[in-house]
Amino acid sequence: MSEPRPTPLHKVHEGLGASLTDFAGWLMPLRYGSETAEHQAVRTAAGLFDLSHMGEIAVHGAAAPDLLDYALVGHLSKLTAGRARYTMICDADGGVLDDLIVYRIDDDDFLVVANAANHAVVLAALTERAAGFDATVTDRTDEWALLALQGPRTVEILRRLTDAPLDDLKYYSSHPATVAGYPVLLARTGYTGEDGFELFAKPDAAEPLWTALTEAGTGDGLIPAGLAARDTLRLEAGMPLYGNELSREVTPYEANLGRVVKLDKPGDFVGRAALAARAEEGPRQTLIGLVGRGRRVPRHGYQVLRDGVACGVVTSGAPSPTLGSPIAMAYVDTADAAGELAVDVRGRPEPADRVELPFYRRER
Amino acid sequence: MSNVPSDLGYTAEHEWVTFADGVATVGVTEHAAEQLGDVVFVQLPDVGAKVSAGEPCGEIESTKSVSELYSPVDGEVVEVNAEVNDDPGLVNTEPFGTGWLIKVRTDGEPTGLLTAEQYAELIA
Repeated sequence: MSEPRPTPLHKVHEGLGASLTDFAGWLMPLRYGSETAEHQAVRTAAGLFDLSHMGEIAVHGAAAPDLLDYALVGHLSKLTAGRARYTMICDADGGVLDDLIVYRIDDDDFLVVANAANHAVVLAALTERAAGFDATVTDRTDEWALLALQGPRTVEILRRLTDAPLDDLKYYSSHPATVAGYPVLLARTGYTGEDGFELFAKPDAAEPLWTALTEAGTGDGLIPAGLAARDTLRLEAGMPLYGNELSREVTPYEANLGRVVKLDKPGDFVGRAALAARAEEGPRQTLIGLVGRGRRVPRHGYQVLRDGVACGVVTSGAPSPTLGSPIAMAYVDTADAAGELAVDVRGRPEPADRVELPFYRRER
Repeated sequence: MSNVPSDLGYTAEHEWVTFADGVATVGVTEHAAEQLGDVVFVQLPDVGAKVSAGEPCGEIESTKSVSELYSPVDGEVVEVNAEVNDDPGLVNTEPFGTGWLIKVRTDGEPTGLLTAEQYAELIA
């Protein structure tokens, strides 16, 4: 393995004394202080994240909408300029290659944001699938830093730094804006279950933007937040993580995300036949939420038991700062069977109750 | 750089030990606590339990992971820290103080411990 890559905000993280970790080939902040405090700050005030590891891929050209309709499971040609969509890219068997957010910047201009770990796979698949389309697929990861400001105080904080009409910027939309004097693509998206914005900026603007956001928000309780907090935030919000809930071994239907597969869109798309069949026959396993009754925490890979018999596996688990109990997502053979559920936590069954996802939903 | 008090003994599994009147007091080091992240739950042995040096005798759960607590000595658990049951965060904030974990009655002075200097080198 080569040395992990620093992000454009590396010096900032070092200055803040962050615990750094190798994440998908990038040197990323795991936490700055207490990850629980960072989690709570995002739930109650605001947190500032460096997400510069995410992969940005530009899809451009007259046939860019058609290409994305063919390459992805969503109906991206229907997206209006300025809006964004959560979608997935699957293989021909319907297995998930990655989950994505696609921003339509303009009629013939899209920005596809992929997970760092899958960036190369997504870039290769899009490039291959672009054959015969009047469209270009270009990796832009090195040209973008990505900062996320998440939490209920986000709008107030950001308003001090921009004239952009924040109230008009709906969830899952984006707008070119100037923040603290720097041009950014300002997107109302996130992965925390809170209101918030993601700021795509030029790498050399990342540091001054971080500083400006920190200065504007510190009085409101804004603190920097790392990947550890990001993981517990997304888990509470019931959002899947590739490599945990999503993989090539499952289709979107298993992950309760069949809604992203637009079987009614015109034309063929990669995975259509397999996904149509899976929609017909039903998912082979079901993703459920579990809340532990005790304090020992179900972790990724632990077995789920129904009346003492193995019936599934935990995909993500953590102590939930908001609920004060262990929470987990797990794939089980069938969700509706009766019986007492438990998770085998290192040889001892820990009783757990099935709950509807998400574990946490913000008040609107 | 983590604090490594010079008056304690250490193990390679990141426990610290003090010994007085036949009883070893055991906790985890500041370095271990930093690596774990926020501790949310500590499972300690029962008072009266027999423990063996180098064998797991408890669990420390943090947000991201779980690790085992190893007894640095042979003996019998005579006290466990009830306060960390209620406030596991003491392991993070006071690892060498009120965040101590267990007291073990043992025959003779514990052997095979690392000095502060040796432990500091281990985690450098």
